Formats: sequence, C-alpha cells, structure tokens
Amino acid sequence: MTLKEIKELLLAEIVSGEDCLDLEITFAGGSDLMSDVLAFGKPGILLLTGLSNAQSVRTANIIDAKAIVYVRGKKPDNTGIKLAREKGIPLLSTKYMMYTACGLLFSNGLPGVSGLLPRK
Amino acid sequence: MMMSDKNELSHHFEINGGDFSNAGRISTSIKEILQEIGIDSSIIVRAAIASYEAEMNVVMYAQRGVFTLNITPEKLLLNLEDEGPGIENIDLAMKEGFSTATDEMREMGFGAGMGLPNIKKNADKFDISSIPGKGTSLKITICLDRTERK
Repeated sequence: MTLKEIKELLLAEIVSGEDCLDLEITFAGGSDLMSDVLAFGKPGILLLTGLSNAQSVRTANIIDAKAIVYVRGKKPDNTGIKLAREKGIPLLSTKYMMYTACGLLFSNGLPGVSGLLPRK
Repeated sequence: MMMSDKNELSHHFEINGGDFSNAGRISTSIKEILQEIGIDSSIIVRAAIASYEAEMNVVMYAQRGVFTLNITPEKLLLNLEDEGPGIENIDLAMKEGFSTATDEMREMGFGAGMGLPNIKKNADKFDISSIPGKGTSLKITICLDRTERK
C-alpha cells in the first residue's frame, strides 16, 4: 500500500514529506508509548501515534520507521517537523482516533508487525 | 573523536538530566556515526535503540551522564556512567513493566518499564552496576562479527 493510498483511506493531511507519497508501506503499528515502539517496532514500520512531541520523530528515526501518521488530529511541534524533514520521514495527520485509523488500514490489507492479515 | 593505536574509534557525549527537549539527540548522533562508517543496518538499529533507552534513562532519572561509544573492528562498546539516584534493586529494575516514572516522563511516551530489558535484548553483552545515591553504570556490547552474536 502506498502512502498516497493511506492518506486517502485516513482522510489525512500531509504535515511533511509531500514528495514521498509513492513510498510503499508493507506493515504498520500503533502506540502512544515510545517505550513500546522501541521494544516491539521493526524497521520499515508505519507508526501510528497520538504522541505529538519531538520524541515521536526521534523514536521513528531510531527504529528506521518509514513514516508517521498522527491520530486524533494531532500534529508534531516545529522541532519534530524539522527533524522529520532532515531524516526524510514523511508525517501525516488524521482526525480518526487510533482504533479507527488502525482498523481502516488493517481491513484494507495492511498487516501489523506480526504480519497477521484480516480473515477473508 | 579520538583514534587510538589499537584501531579503535572513540566518541564522548555528555547528557544533562532533565533536558527533555534535547533527549534523544545523542542517540541520533550515534546512529549517524555508525551509518557514516558503513555498519550493517540491523546492527545500527540495535545500537540506536539501546543508546536511546540509556540516554532517556539519564534524562529522566539522573543529574548528568557521560556516554562513550567505542568502535573496534570486532564490536561496538557503549558505556554510560551517570551521577544520580542509582538503582536500589537491579533485579526489579530489569523486570518488564517495573517503573518509577513520573507523569512528565510518561507524557514524553516513556516510563513504561521497558528500557533496561530492551537494552539487554538489543545487546550481545550487557552489564549494569549501581550505587544507590551515587549513580549507575551501563556497559553495552554489540558484536560486529556474526559468529560472536547471541
């Protein structure tokens, strides 16, 4: 699934990384706890989070996440946006809550970290 | 940066306790250094995660800390010495979910009690020692030679 398709499914706006919409995303994970993202995330992950401070971008960079989707209409501060631009991490923001945003992506075929897909 | 006659690269970083706005910058620099010298990306992620968790622990709990990265042809050595409250019970601190974090730390997305266990998980060798009231010392080894890895 491309970042463009994710943007359309989640009715999201692009906060940063307008030129990265062709990026291919193969799995995703959602958490507001960066401790858990560091413990359970994997390189290449699309991170969904409601944590909008710079630590979300630093954590994404540390684990080689491909992009971040902020849920609940959150947007990162300027420090986070600047770091994301430097590191080439696209940032999106959706008004959907975490559960709905993850559910929409999962039911449209984007698996989680474990690779589990929805039952047909 | 220093280079000894033993073909070893060494970098030192100082961490200020309570400096939440800069928390994670040193780990980001460590990651960049490892990328520049062409270390395998799977090893870089493990070193970056271990560094980040260790750095956050100093920011959250200690007054200050010194982080040293030593790179040899065989391994990465990450040593962290902090001045702070230390850890009373290391066995308890190593348990997933145990945490003494404050609300401020949790608002930063940390303090879930995963830090030390996650450092151990990403290291090939992990040593921790602490003197309550003085500080904590971490020695993290990540092997570059595949046969030495756990």
